[in-house]
Amino acid sequence: MNELPEDRAARQPKDVEPYDRKKVNRRTFISSLTFLAGGTLAYFGWNKLYLSPKETTADATAGARAPLRKVLDANGNVFENAVSPDHLARTYPKAMAAKQPRVNGDVGIQKEVEDNWQLNVVKSKNETLQITIDDLRKLPKTEFAFEFKCVEGWSQISHWGGVKFSDFVKHYQLNEQAKLAYVGMHTPDEKYYVGIDTPSAMHPQTLLCYEVSGQPLSATHGAPLRLIIPTKYGIKNLKRIGTIFFSNDRPRDYWAELGYDYFSGL
Amino acid sequence: MKHIVNKHPLAIRWFHWLNFPLLAIMIWSGLLIYWAYDPYAIKLFGHTVFKFFPEWFYQKYHIKRRLAEGMAFHFVFMWLFAVNGLLYVLYTLFSGEWRYLLPKKSSWREAWLVLLHDLHLRKTAPPQNKYNAAQRIAYSAVIVMGLGSLLTGLAIYKPVQLYWLVFVCGGYKTARVIHFTLTIGYCLFFVIHIIQVILAGWQNFISMIRGFEVADTNTAKIIVKRTDDERTT
Repeated sequence: MNELPEDRAARQPKDVEPYDRKKVNRRTFISSLTFLAGGTLAYFGWNKLYLSPKETTADATAGARAPLRKVLDANGNVFENAVSPDHLARTYPKAMAAKQPRVNGDVGIQKEVEDNWQLNVVKSKNETLQITIDDLRKLPKTEFAFEFKCVEGWSQISHWGGVKFSDFVKHYQLNEQAKLAYVGMHTPDEKYYVGIDTPSAMHPQTLLCYEVSGQPLSATHGAPLRLIIPTKYGIKNLKRIGTIFFSNDRPRDYWAELGYDYFSGL
Repeated sequence: MKHIVNKHPLAIRWFHWLNFPLLAIMIWSGLLIYWAYDPYAIKLFGHTVFKFFPEWFYQKYHIKRRLAEGMAFHFVFMWLFAVNGLLYVLYTLFSGEWRYLLPKKSSWREAWLVLLHDLHLRKTAPPQNKYNAAQRIAYSAVIVMGLGSLLTGLAIYKPVQLYWLVFVCGGYKTARVIHFTLTIGYCLFFVIHIIQVILAGWQNFISMIRGFEVADTNTAKIIVKRTDDERTT
């Protein structure tokens, strides 16, 4: 290790000093006091945070400690701004996909789907499009296998097919609506609902999905139409879409109301 | 004659004592997250030796059904943990403290002698400066581990946006395994660290708070001499 002689001379006296009882006592007192004060502050600070009240009817979220939610939302903003159509979730050969993808939730789809199911797309207060699954099947189909990621921590390569949300927007001339900040979706019974930032919804891998493993969606996977959004955790991949709407305010979100991050982006 | 022997600069003491609660919070909140999907176990010849974690452990420490809470704490305190660690590394680089902390060529051989000495299998320990060879290796390794936690953590946190990092970590699932394993590593580090601190005695411990030890002249001379040797090597 090369060190200049003058550096060495400058450092030397600092390492060893003559013993001075007053100095020792003073330094010990000050640093011990600082240590105890810091420890006490940390203890009470932590207690305050741990016992801090849950957020009060904030927009679209609930269930988290208020100060933590502020940071989660700030994190969300940071990473929402970084959402890019160029960041693609890795895709895999179909053969690598699970034959029977895992089913992990049935909120909003416990009852059988109505025979006359139609997708409602709220264009404006006065105009709601009603679209059948056959209409959607006529649009260009996109399919891929990707590693589906659950917020619980597991992941699984699975294969999905449907129409790109961006293609859907183009075809139904929803470009004006897609300029709003958020897309909201809910099940026909409105028991499960998600809010998605529009850049993530318009991401080239976001699908209005009607096929899994090359077959029409099963009831448990959200027949007849579900959302597949590889840039988000599974909790945002709403099954059995009943209604789609657009908004500048954050739409309600089922899991964000139970303390989870609103953005939940990957 | 007694001397004041300065050991830990103020900045390092702050980084150290801030890191302790921050890492504790990261490990605890990580545990709340891990519970939601807890397949890891140590297996030998297909036989499960230890499951991470046994049911009684979850029960006792109230780990269950707190995923959202765990994620909230984890993704808030990650910033503080990362910034504190980063500042520590920058400080050691710019202050020159890295000279005492990084392993030297001789450290790898000497670390064995230190270990044998600590286990009372050898009478003398190799001469040392602030930190012995085993400490140099341990304190440097734990920083590398911290960097590993940071990178694998980011890979799990934003695997699409940081797809290249996921690739570097060997995939999403592997990143999670590494992230978990490193955490177990910190816990082992902590156990050994505490034992060593207790064995090293009061002077050593209090120096992490007040920065200096009070030593008699002979010891002080040795320390000065070692410092000198080190600088000329």
